[in-house]
Amino acid sequence: MSDTQVNNGVNVEHLLGAREALEAQPVAAQFKWRSSCEWVNGTHSRSTITSFHGLGEEQDRGKSFSIEADHPEAFAAEDNAPTPAEIALTGLASCLMGGVASIAQHRGIQLNSVKATVEGDMDLAGILGIDDEVRNGFGTIRVSFDVDADASEDDIKALVAQSQKRSAVFDCITNPTNVEVAVKKA
Amino acid sequence: MNKTDAVIIGAGHCGLAVSRHLAQRSVDHVLLERGEVANSWRTERWDSLTLLTPNWLSRLPDYAYEGDDPDGYMNMPQLIRFIETYALRYSAPVQPRTNVTEVAPDGDGYVVATNQGDWRARTVVIASGHCNIPAVPKIASDMPADIAMVTPMHYRNPDQLAEGGVLIAGASATGVQLAKEIQASGRPVLLATGEHVRVPRIYRGKDIKWWMDAAGILGLPYNEVDDIRRARRVPSLQLAGLKDKTTLDLNTLTDAGVEIAGRVVGVNGNRLAFSGSLGNVCSLADLKMNRLLNTIDEWATENGLDGKVDPPHRLEATRVPKIPRLELDLAEGRIKTIIWATGYHADLSWLKAPGFDPRGRLVHDGGVMNPPGLYVVGMPYLRTRKSTLIDGADLDAGMVADHLTSYLAGQVMAV
Repeated sequence: MSDTQVNNGVNVEHLLGAREALEAQPVAAQFKWRSSCEWVNGTHSRSTITSFHGLGEEQDRGKSFSIEADHPEAFAAEDNAPTPAEIALTGLASCLMGGVASIAQHRGIQLNSVKATVEGDMDLAGILGIDDEVRNGFGTIRVSFDVDADASEDDIKALVAQSQKRSAVFDCITNPTNVEVAVKKA
Repeated sequence: MNKTDAVIIGAGHCGLAVSRHLAQRSVDHVLLERGEVANSWRTERWDSLTLLTPNWLSRLPDYAYEGDDPDGYMNMPQLIRFIETYALRYSAPVQPRTNVTEVAPDGDGYVVATNQGDWRARTVVIASGHCNIPAVPKIASDMPADIAMVTPMHYRNPDQLAEGGVLIAGASATGVQLAKEIQASGRPVLLATGEHVRVPRIYRGKDIKWWMDAAGILGLPYNEVDDIRRARRVPSLQLAGLKDKTTLDLNTLTDAGVEIAGRVVGVNGNRLAFSGSLGNVCSLADLKMNRLLNTIDEWATENGLDGKVDPPHRLEATRVPKIPRLELDLAEGRIKTIIWATGYHADLSWLKAPGFDPRGRLVHDGGVMNPPGLYVVGMPYLRTRKSTLIDGADLDAGMVADHLTSYLAGQVMAV
């Protein structure tokens, strides 16, 4: 299926091998993703992402990433970093993007450029407690993909559709998730 | 204890096809049937159901539709008569009202325990169907107690439902057919839609099944499919065998007043949640349908049919509500009944033998199981895409009969 002439920088053979291995070993397929967030000041926070659990053991990637969040001046904040809501939209776009590249590789489609723009509607009457009928989160989220690839328009649409079908973050956002919050006094 | 060479479990069209092939090979066998011939079709289907395949496509070994409406779709009484006639014509050795309670390995064969005595046989063919237990999602058990819940196995017609709204979960063949007749009965339907396979009933003047058969799509062998495990999980085509041969899809249901929402994904007290993925599952279905129609058009051109059949056309893209429903408060009383049209599982709880993977799914290679001497027919994409159609039984049964006959003769045959 995959075309050796196509290079989107995705190792499809490895992914397919992993899929086969994980199907045979369901325990190894159980992953835990983590992020730890520390308050800085005001609405400014810094999250650190280091280890995860998967393939049956702790995975120390030997480095850590940092993502900061804050709110803009319109919220009387210092605007040190994007808002958490924007980071959520970013997670959706990045997840779909990774999927598009992987599926394109698998289907033998060379990508030349791909750009996704995400926009989410939010009525602040929700988070500000003005109207209990209004939800805190996004109303509608619109994702717009611009794809330059060596494929027909329908094949490109199918790439993006398949990416949504297999996206973890798309699933998190479109379907409910149980969230458990534990608190302890330091 | 009764003895034979092969026990076939189930006397539906698949079991009878295996029986015919074994009879041709002079293999001594019996069909153990929990009810009467064609039992599931008699007792587990709704009143208005018709086959999704045209009559001419109802072909079994040494048998085919003989009526005067080859392009029509059989209703249940007609189908039961069709299968009954087949069993009688070839005097299939059916032992009715015999419920298999256990199949277990025993030396070089199997013991088949039933409520009518036990059988011993070198070989066993499982032909008990793949639609024995309705696959109802876990969240069904969290639904408020005052909401009635029904599965297609026990649904017969709209009159058995309370007046008021009906939520149908699932928009494959069953879900869309039930949505149509329940909406028409005056009960407003909300159709929760996950992934589905959309096709036109008639394309370029011919039945979609004619095209799929002629172009070799139905007959594509399982070992030539890109991902057979996935192919075996694909839901049934969103089809109906309506008298006027019109297409039944989400657009025609929307026109009839049915509300379309995403798949049911959660319930919290009285609040139901629907997935926000409706737009994508509809895009996937539209794109996949157009790929199928492109394949058909290419085949038609290669085979000189252009000009002899109607010109190609495409269906209108699925119309998705601008802002699909994400929530429903059941306490409002709008919905009185939920129908779980979310598919079926096979019931093989009586099979006390190896042959399942760690997830409990039956493992077979084109119907040949391991341990030796155990076979299965009638499963999705057993050997070809048509394995679950009546027309697919002949090929699968013939292969199983070949393998089984060699096995009895002490030969090992490649699958």
